[in-house]
Amino acid sequence: MKKIVIIGGGIAGLEVSRLLLQEGFPVTLIEKSSHLGGNIRNYAYLFPDFTPSEEILKNYTSLPGNADLQLLLNTEIEKIDFSSRPYTLFSNDGIAISADPIIIATGYQIFDARLKEEFGYGIYDGVITSVEMEKMIREQHIVTPYGKAPRRIAFIHCVGSRDAKVGNTYCSRLCCITAIKQAIETKKLLPQAEIFCFYIDLRMYGLTFEELYLNAQKEYNIQFVRGRLSETSEMIDKRLIIKAEDTLIGRPLKMMTDMLVLMVGMEASNFSKQFAYHNGLEIGEHGFFKPLNQFNARGKSQKEGIYFAGTSIGPMSVAETIEHAQATALSTISYLKGKEN
Amino acid sequence: MATFDFLEIRHLHIDYDNLDQELLNEVIREEPSFQWCISCGCCTATCSAGNHTTFNIRRISLILRRGEVEGLEEELKKCMLCGKCTLVCPRDIQLRNVVMNIKKIILKKKTA
Repeated sequence: MKKIVIIGGGIAGLEVSRLLLQEGFPVTLIEKSSHLGGNIRNYAYLFPDFTPSEEILKNYTSLPGNADLQLLLNTEIEKIDFSSRPYTLFSNDGIAISADPIIIATGYQIFDARLKEEFGYGIYDGVITSVEMEKMIREQHIVTPYGKAPRRIAFIHCVGSRDAKVGNTYCSRLCCITAIKQAIETKKLLPQAEIFCFYIDLRMYGLTFEELYLNAQKEYNIQFVRGRLSETSEMIDKRLIIKAEDTLIGRPLKMMTDMLVLMVGMEASNFSKQFAYHNGLEIGEHGFFKPLNQFNARGKSQKEGIYFAGTSIGPMSVAETIEHAQATALSTISYLKGKEN
Repeated sequence: MATFDFLEIRHLHIDYDNLDQELLNEVIREEPSFQWCISCGCCTATCSAGNHTTFNIRRISLILRRGEVEGLEEELKKCMLCGKCTLVCPRDIQLRNVVMNIKKIILKKKTA
């Protein structure tokens, strides 16, 4: 019997595991941290319908108890030996695991907003990332660095995405809708607050995303300004001054705000990049793993028996991640039955 | 002499069939990145000249791309060539070089 190894215990790795176990295949799931779930744990509620992320994670709570699952937490894979089949994985603590097939579900990391120094993250206390905002929303307690309820909050789209200056020229896709989701949640918590979204293009690509955008205008009076943040500065009372161009009017704009939320994009994790570098797996120009093609083999790698699941190949929503994991699980099953290579 | 503002609307419609693209094409040849703009406005927001005058480098570029050149030379005199626009541009457009080239091409035409 072939030994299936899944690297990464986020929702992609969990969904692949769940399906393979359901179909009677024993799997080994390797996770570098001490807990399962991955990046979804950063988000309290999911767009477009504010589903609590716990509801997604609930689908996987029974997994660790499954006798066919070998779960290796706190285990990082450093190298794969492709020279003979089955392949051999080497972990950071020196364990060798023989595996074929291998499903790579190593996910993404959020853009380090400190790299956009002019935006002020890590310099001014009032500048936070969307992940930190999500935490405040989860705790239902949104406060400025000086402990007051903010009266004005600006959300900045495209931070670390569509930006040649930081090397990420792609659109991260999910930040637009996440900004609108968080803007609405913020308005619900702070009905008196004025909320602005600074965007370049609003990419409402999902079927119901445009509705949420309309709803943000209709019900929550969120203001949308077409212009990208140019720079942030701080006043003596820790309030922020932001500069942008209101491009639809064609004049520079200056605004005082209590809080600035940077919608950080998704990028290939350093782990993925290093992993690919040391293991001879191909990565695309944006740093994510490169699937065999972009149409009907998005879960397959260039190497036989190596598959991808989820955001290790590019930005995806929770729904897309799960769907991609399901497709990869099917490819894997076909491979195990000798119907596909 | 009447003051003449490049950014003022002089033509009611943008007439795509009768664009004066000579200068535009020459600028693009010299600095191809000129075509990559997504009009995010970062250049204008950070512009040293734009913070004290009506100078708007994004709109100037856009109007030039629509083939309008009248008054352009005078307008570009407001630019201090500080290069902040180039530093902030997310599309890596060499905007300072664009301005330099427009000036150069206009001068070349005048002296030809």
